Amino acid sequence: MPSLIDIRRRIKSVKNTQQITKAMKMVAAARLRKAQDRVLNARPYARLFGEMLASVSAAAGASEEAAANPLFAVRDEKKVQLVLLTADRGFAGGFNTNLIKAAQAFLNERPGQVQTELYGKKGRDYFRRRHIEVSGELTGVSENPTWDIAHELGQALIQRYTAGEVDAVYLIFNEFKSVLSQQVILQKLLPIAVIPTGDSAPPPARDYIYEQPPADLLNVLLPRSVEIQVHQAFLESAAAEHAARMTAMDAATSNASEVIEKLTLYMNRVRQASITKEIIEVVSGAAALE
Amino acid sequence: MAGALTLEIATPERLLLREQVSEVVLPGASGALGILPEHAPLLTELGPGELAYVPEGGQRKFIAIRGGWAEVLPDHVRVIATGAEFGDEIDVKRAEEALKRAEMNLSSAKEDLDTVKALNKMRRAQARLETAKHSGHHRP
Repeated sequence: MPSLIDIRRRIKSVKNTQQITKAMKMVAAARLRKAQDRVLNARPYARLFGEMLASVSAAAGASEEAAANPLFAVRDEKKVQLVLLTADRGFAGGFNTNLIKAAQAFLNERPGQVQTELYGKKGRDYFRRRHIEVSGELTGVSENPTWDIAHELGQALIQRYTAGEVDAVYLIFNEFKSVLSQQVILQKLLPIAVIPTGDSAPPPARDYIYEQPPADLLNVLLPRSVEIQVHQAFLESAAAEHAARMTAMDAATSNASEVIEKLTLYMNRVRQASITKEIIEVVSGAAALE
Repeated sequence: MAGALTLEIATPERLLLREQVSEVVLPGASGALGILPEHAPLLTELGPGELAYVPEGGQRKFIAIRGGWAEVLPDHVRVIATGAEFGDEIDVKRAEEALKRAEMNLSSAKEDLDTVKALNKMRRAQARLETAKHSGHHRP
């Protein structure tokens, strides 16, 4: 039976851990709020852009020049680019594990055909040990997912795609669904799926004056739409990371409370047992003297 | 004048502005464009430059635009900017330094110089300086 002092020491150590997890939870909550704001602030841009892209592609849709845009070109997927967005830090529940699992499954499906771009320390460290083809890596993105980083990555991806280095570009990241749930998303960035000019959502047929020919405008807008998707993924992933960490640390804190409660109960029982034992000893000692 | 325009300026980082205005001057890629209410629908690319607008019953204000696109509708102007800053947010010293750097870069005639990029940088810095200067005049 462990001594009273041992149990007290255990309780103390669990309490310390609990304090740490509690602090981490608070930090994650504060960061989550900021990340959520960022997602919300980026939405108007994406919305306005989407509306404009729809009108432009409706206007340019008829022309052959627009349909021949290299970003629409579908090729046999002999070589594929994968971009994986993970967190730089752990202690976020299944956040990184789920991403890495999805990426590993993706790699297994296409042995030897994938080059990866690893954003985030966790994904980088995992795949570095496994000697796969890495085209680039970057850490510190989730701290500060700026437009410039997204722009640069988007440009690099488009350049590799149009140069024929890769035949498709995929993105794996965690989508921020709610504070309690994140979902791993596998998104195809390139080739761009032909924009539906059909029946589903007919863009308002406006007779625009075009300062530049629609096809030219589309040539600039399409790469930008890739960059916007990348940026959106960065923001989602950052928000999801903080949400995951917050939930994980909340669970850890309440687990610690439970452990402390159990240990305290056990400690009291041990203490009582020892007192009872002493009483019995005294009583039986007295009885022996009679 | 019939009605007013709703001016919306969005950047990837935030919605910079959403306001009723009576006039907008856009920094089009091929020259400035003055927009009044009831303008015919128009789509254009924007160069780095200065956007001016007049809020309803207010004074002319200035915003530096880093590039992007604008969609004009009879009652609406949407500016989709890569970057945008209010005149009084601009760090004049930094802009001046950026301009100097860009000019030096251009005149150095290095072989690997990306002229288009360098020119763009210079124009961006110029636009920011202009905007800051104008805003200074109009904001006591």
